[in-house]
Amino acid sequence: MNALSIRNLRKTYNNGFEALKGINLDVEEGDFFALLGPNGAGKSTAIGIISSLINESSGSVSIFGHDLKTDRARAKSCLGLVPQEVNFNQFDTVKSIVFNQAGYYGTPRKLALQRTEQCLKQMDLWDKRDTVSRRLSGGMKRRVMIARAMVHAPKLLILDEPTAGVDIEIRRAMWKMMQDVNQQGTTIILTTHYLEEAESLCRNIAIIDQGLIVENTDMASLLARLHIDHFVLDLAEPIAKVPYIPGYQIERVADKVLNVAVPKEIGLNQFFSQLSALNIKVISLKNKSNRLEQLFMDLIESKPAGAKQ
Amino acid sequence: MNYSIALRTLVRKEVFRFIRIWPQTLLPPAITTALYFLIFGKLIGDRIGTINGATYMDYIVPGIILMSVISHSYANVVSSFYSTKFQRNIEELLVAPVPNWVILGGYVSGGIIRGLLVGLVVALISLLFADIAVNNALIALSVAVLTATLFALAGFINAVLAESFDDISIIPNFVLTPLSYLGGVFYSVEMLPGIWQTISKGNPILYMINAFRYGLIGVTDVNIQLAYIITGGFIVTLTLFSLFLLHKGIGIKN
Repeated sequence: MNALSIRNLRKTYNNGFEALKGINLDVEEGDFFALLGPNGAGKSTAIGIISSLINESSGSVSIFGHDLKTDRARAKSCLGLVPQEVNFNQFDTVKSIVFNQAGYYGTPRKLALQRTEQCLKQMDLWDKRDTVSRRLSGGMKRRVMIARAMVHAPKLLILDEPTAGVDIEIRRAMWKMMQDVNQQGTTIILTTHYLEEAESLCRNIAIIDQGLIVENTDMASLLARLHIDHFVLDLAEPIAKVPYIPGYQIERVADKVLNVAVPKEIGLNQFFSQLSALNIKVISLKNKSNRLEQLFMDLIESKPAGAKQ
Repeated sequence: MNYSIALRTLVRKEVFRFIRIWPQTLLPPAITTALYFLIFGKLIGDRIGTINGATYMDYIVPGIILMSVISHSYANVVSSFYSTKFQRNIEELLVAPVPNWVILGGYVSGGIIRGLLVGLVVALISLLFADIAVNNALIALSVAVLTATLFALAGFINAVLAESFDDISIIPNFVLTPLSYLGGVFYSVEMLPGIWQTISKGNPILYMINAFRYGLIGVTDVNIQLAYIITGGFIVTLTLFSLFLLHKGIGIKN
């Protein structure tokens, strides 16, 4: 079963801006799905419509087979949303924010208290339960929103840039948490500007640009399309000029640092043989840029005329 | 789906909100109305004599109680719902399977409860100044509840349509307060010259205050049934309009 099905979804705002131009999208149950796109591409509008925060102009959305128009309550019951920006009452305590949300989903008091405790413990916030939320750090506020979104045990969780602005340690902890939630059976749709995050967490991906889906495939197939890898080499000795090796683009960044673009069909063996012949010793090598980032830029820089609707 | 749990949650949240900030919500009306009773009722009222057979103090007590109910039921909903919109907490309700009538019912109930609680506080303070034998408790209570409902609904509509904090103070300052003062809180409409009597009878608050006054002290300038019809008519109209706004997402959805 599809956790989410979108058919011919369009949205034109009152000012005439066409944010969505008739998109179709399916997300399978259990998936960890990335929805990516540059700012203003339409992904926030799509998420807003899925979560009933924005009225669509036309088209349909169904969540676990429940149409959002005709079977609204059931569709909404399946969904949890972690929005981009903090949107809880900053004067409420952590516990009341999560507990009240359970109540809005019709969860009986006793079960709501149990679920609140469970979610706050899972987010490592139980000792902050009586703290007024405005006193929390940015990372904690994000975790409150995740706990709030999970308190009614949704089957589909949408995380809209959940790690934006949090430090690396918290980000890694949140990745682990998202993976755990997904492994427990919750379908996750993730939007993020950290493409490394999408690459390491998500199995399938859609890229939206100018209101159209410009790519919708599995992560492995998408990455396989990458023709060039970029590497950074740390050298043992400084070099005076950039070596010339046919087939490779080499750039000198510093005395002992080189950037190199390696075509996949040629590979690295030949490159290292040539370096050895030139008596250039390499101490270490690392991937320069995120692979998905490269593809992402290629996709959105090309005109979405052949976009997948 | 059990919507009663969602409704209870929302009402409880709203009640806790105004109780948590009681120095802003419950204390000021107690002080203000005590001053009204002291200055208008006691100091000036003693020189006025009686109106329709009631002492001036007894005459103004129902109007001041109901004026407090009106302003606080309105203020509670308009400030709470607008803050909810402003801070985007409204998204908590829009994402959840909460039907529009529960959202409306939850906020309006919060307004009614605060309005009645403030009315009770003011009534208790009035006991220090007046000795009122209630004429018809059922009429007094029902008019208070209906009036609180009407103005809680009006506050909700104001909050939905408001685009700034300025917008939520315009109606209370420039419409509600004048209509309340001109609604016969401090005088009988029969004391006005002809044309002003006719104009005053176009003010719906006049009917509510007089119906409430009838319930408390048995004195009224208007027909009680007409007061119920007018109040009920407004409640039905404002309820339907509120539900229409929520259905369309006006002011709360893009």
